[in-house]
Formats: sequence, C-alpha cells, structure tokens
Amino acid sequence: MTVKEIRNEFPVLDRKVYGKDLVYFDNAATMQRPRRVIDRWNEISLVSNANIHRAVHKLADEATEAYEEARTAVKDSIHAAGREEIIFTSGVTASINAVAFSFGEKFVREGDEIIVSEAEHHSNIVPWQMLCSRKGAILKPVPVDDDGKLDVTTLKSMLSDRTRMVSVTHVSNVLGLVNPVKEITAICHERNIPVLVDGAQGIVHLDVDVSDLDCDFYAFSGHKVYAAPGTGILYGKKKWLEQMPPYMGGGEMVGTVSFSGTTYAELPLKFEAGTQNIAGNITLKPALGLADALKHDVEIRRYEEDVKEYLYEKLTGFPGLTLFGRTKDLKEKISLFSFVVDGVHHEDLALLLDKMGIAVRSGQMCAEPLMDRFGVTGMLRASLAPYNTMEEAEYFIRSLEKAVAMLR
Amino acid sequence: MFDEWLDKYEYLIELGKALKDYPEDKKTDDRLIKGCQSRVWLDYEIKDGKIFFNADSDAIITKGIISLLIRIYSGRTPQEIAASDFSVVEKIGLKENLSPTRANGLVSMIETIRRVAEENIGQ
Repeated sequence: MTVKEIRNEFPVLDRKVYGKDLVYFDNAATMQRPRRVIDRWNEISLVSNANIHRAVHKLADEATEAYEEARTAVKDSIHAAGREEIIFTSGVTASINAVAFSFGEKFVREGDEIIVSEAEHHSNIVPWQMLCSRKGAILKPVPVDDDGKLDVTTLKSMLSDRTRMVSVTHVSNVLGLVNPVKEITAICHERNIPVLVDGAQGIVHLDVDVSDLDCDFYAFSGHKVYAAPGTGILYGKKKWLEQMPPYMGGGEMVGTVSFSGTTYAELPLKFEAGTQNIAGNITLKPALGLADALKHDVEIRRYEEDVKEYLYEKLTGFPGLTLFGRTKDLKEKISLFSFVVDGVHHEDLALLLDKMGIAVRSGQMCAEPLMDRFGVTGMLRASLAPYNTMEEAEYFIRSLEKAVAMLR
Repeated sequence: MFDEWLDKYEYLIELGKALKDYPEDKKTDDRLIKGCQSRVWLDYEIKDGKIFFNADSDAIITKGIISLLIRIYSGRTPQEIAASDFSVVEKIGLKENLSPTRANGLVSMIETIRRVAEENIGQ
C-alpha cells in the first residue's frame, strides 16, 4: 500500500481549513475515521438496528452476530485466549475505572499499594486514587528520568507484599516512549502482582499480543484506532475476571433476577450491563482490520519511520526547542512529539499553526503530574498517523519556524 | 482570508508585546480571569472616577486581546463601561476568528471588565 492509497480511505483528509489543506497532527487525541468504518457504522443503523442478545427476530440476529463478530475480531487482533476475556466498554477510561472498582472491591484492602508511573494519563491515575481513598490504600508513582523514561529497576524496588496492582501505559501519550511492559509484567508476576496496561496509544502503533506480553489487563479506546468514539475494550485474563464482581448492575448482566437474590451472567456479559454502543462497537472489526494491515505493511512502516526520523531530527535541532521523550533508539518511540519553545507559549503556537491549517494539541494533555515533573505549564504535541505524509511534516516544520518568528 | 488574518494576528502579537509593566506581585489568583486556557490577570485602579485597567498573560496573543480591550475601556467611568454593549468586539470580528477556547476566554475577559465596572458604580 502507498500513503496515497491510505489517504483515499479517509474522506476528511481532503478538506480544507481556512483555505489551506488540512494537516491533521492530533491523532493521539483521536484518529480520523476511514470509509470502511463510517460505512459499517451507517449500515448497522440503516439496515440492522436492533437491541442485541435478546429478541428472536431477524434484525436482532444480524446486530447480535455483527456485535459478537467484532468481539472475535478484537480477540484475534490482540491474541487473547478466549472471547470471554474481551469486554466492550466506552473507552480506556471506562475500562480502567471498571478494573479499579471491581478488582479493588475484591482484592484491595487498607494499607495495600497500587503503583502507576509518573507519565500516566489522568485516566490511569484518578480511578486508582478514587479506589485508594475508598479503601485506605496508597497510590505510588514510579518516577521517570529526564528523558521521560520509566526506570524498571526503580519500579522493581517499589514492589512490596502490599502491592496489589501495577498499572502502566504501553506508550506515553505525551512522550511517545514505549514502555517495556513485557519485562515489567514478568517482574511483577515473580511476586504474583497483576499488571494493567493502558493501551490507548499502543494499540495504534504496536503489534499488541496480550498472550506474549502476559499482562493481566489491557485497555484501549476505539476512537484512537480508527473506530467509532464511545467504544473501547477491556481485555482481562479469565482468572481475574471470573473472581471480580460486576461494577454495574442492570439488564444483560444477569442470570436470574428476583427480590430474594440475583445471579449474574457468565463472562463477558457480566460486565456489559445495559444497552451497549452497538453500532459503534461493531466498527472495531473493520477498524482493527485496517490497523493490523497497516502495522504489517512493510512499505507503510518504512515510510512512517522516515517521517518520524525526519521530525525527530528537525525538532531536536530546532533552536530554543526542548523535545520531551528523547531516545537513542527511535524504535522505542512512536511518531509523537511533545515540546516547548523558549519564550513562546504553546497555546500561541497552536493558534497560529491552526491558521496555517495544522491541527496540533496544546496544553497539559491530561498528564498534569508529568507537566509538573518537567516544570512546564503545558506543551505542544504533534502526533502522527500512518496517513500523514513527508510533505506534511516538512510543511509543519516550515510553519513552526514561521510561527516562532512571529511570536518572538 | 488567511493572510488577512495573519496580519491581524501580527497586530495582536505587537499589542501583546507592547503591554508591559504589570507588577509580578499582582499576579495573584484573585486577579486571574477564569475561563481562559492560558493565564490572564486583570488589575485596575480608579482615578478621578475613571477606571484604569492593567493586565498580563503568559500567552502573547491572549495578551494582545486583553490589551485591545483595556485600550478601549480604560479611562472611562464605571457607568460608561457598564452601559456599553461591547459591540466593538463584534465589529472587529475578533470572536469569530478565535478558536472556541479562545473565544470563551474573550467572553470571560469582557464579563470581568463589565463586572468590575458594575461593582464600582457609585463608589
């Protein structure tokens, strides 16, 4: 495949903003959606709209089948052991909250410890803080070094008999650095500590194989990986999910209901109370199909690497610019660049770049503790997708130079 | 359209750079304007029944915007400001050309100026 062919799949990439060609570099916030996802999404509403798992009629059959096919597609894509380990949620946030609540109810007691890294998104911090305040447990952050790298040795030294969970991101949404989650999992498992991996960025750029990683939970959002917004996955090992109580009660998640007592449905429905985002979740199949195809396309991969290397080199050489998440080995970093420029506010830069047709993110990126770690009030972030081109990267650098010159 | 706007931004940036002498010790939380993405401080004093504003921001374009506003409203009486319909902001077309978060910030700045005026009527 060529980049041009990929771009044809994404209708929005043809649009203009302020009379300029759109350069969409805010992919870590949300990915644009390909035609195959939009078509599938519409098709369900146009042709097969029904509630799933319940009625005995044709439309319900079609919707249920498509829904369960999507579950199988997710299972196959991430190499889970079984379909019952794949829970549909509304996104990473919901997935982590579900584990924090449900696992926490069952396994976390006063004085226990939960470990996260300093480079986590708020959605991998706050649910654990809430759990800790409910249970009187302690949340401990693993520091990152000046390059933003998580130190596995430090993490190892922080594990104790009271550690109940280690929850880390696969790839930082600010630094773009890939954490050694397989190694982290192995270290934690030596002490029987389960590991949750926040895969919000990882699922987009890396081959995710939960059997190989051996992590206990893996969470990701659909909208960041080409699917509909309000969709997401919680992968959990059966041995944990079976022991965890449901965190929401309602329809679908029950066996029998009576006022003298209710039994719960088997996995995965135990964790899928209420009517789900049916059409949205169904788009995970075509979305992951595309993501996997792009991840395995040698030509596309090489092109992405070229663009990444170009931007890394240009940004590290840019006068007065500080890039966060530096690494000697670019294989350890996705095509995501957060930085500040001396004497220039990130928000001013984002505003001028917007007027030049470039969409980037500015601010704290839902990672306030990490901003504090680096002593900044915010950063500018350019995050790329396989559909971004070298020409766009070059235009971005020229535009950045122009914007900085205007602001200084 | 774009280049015209680039010119306007250059003007705002110039205004922002020209706005100086806001004392560090007045960068306090009670002077912060809520609702802006970047930090904006607004201070004022009253001389001979007229309000004089001073402001600062850590973002230069935001500083340009607040500078424009305080140029318009400084040196007027509280009554005049409170009675103003702030249509001048609409006329210069600033609001439509800001990103939504900036436009919200602009609304917050105007509301703060109006509130200051109202609080000082009859003082």
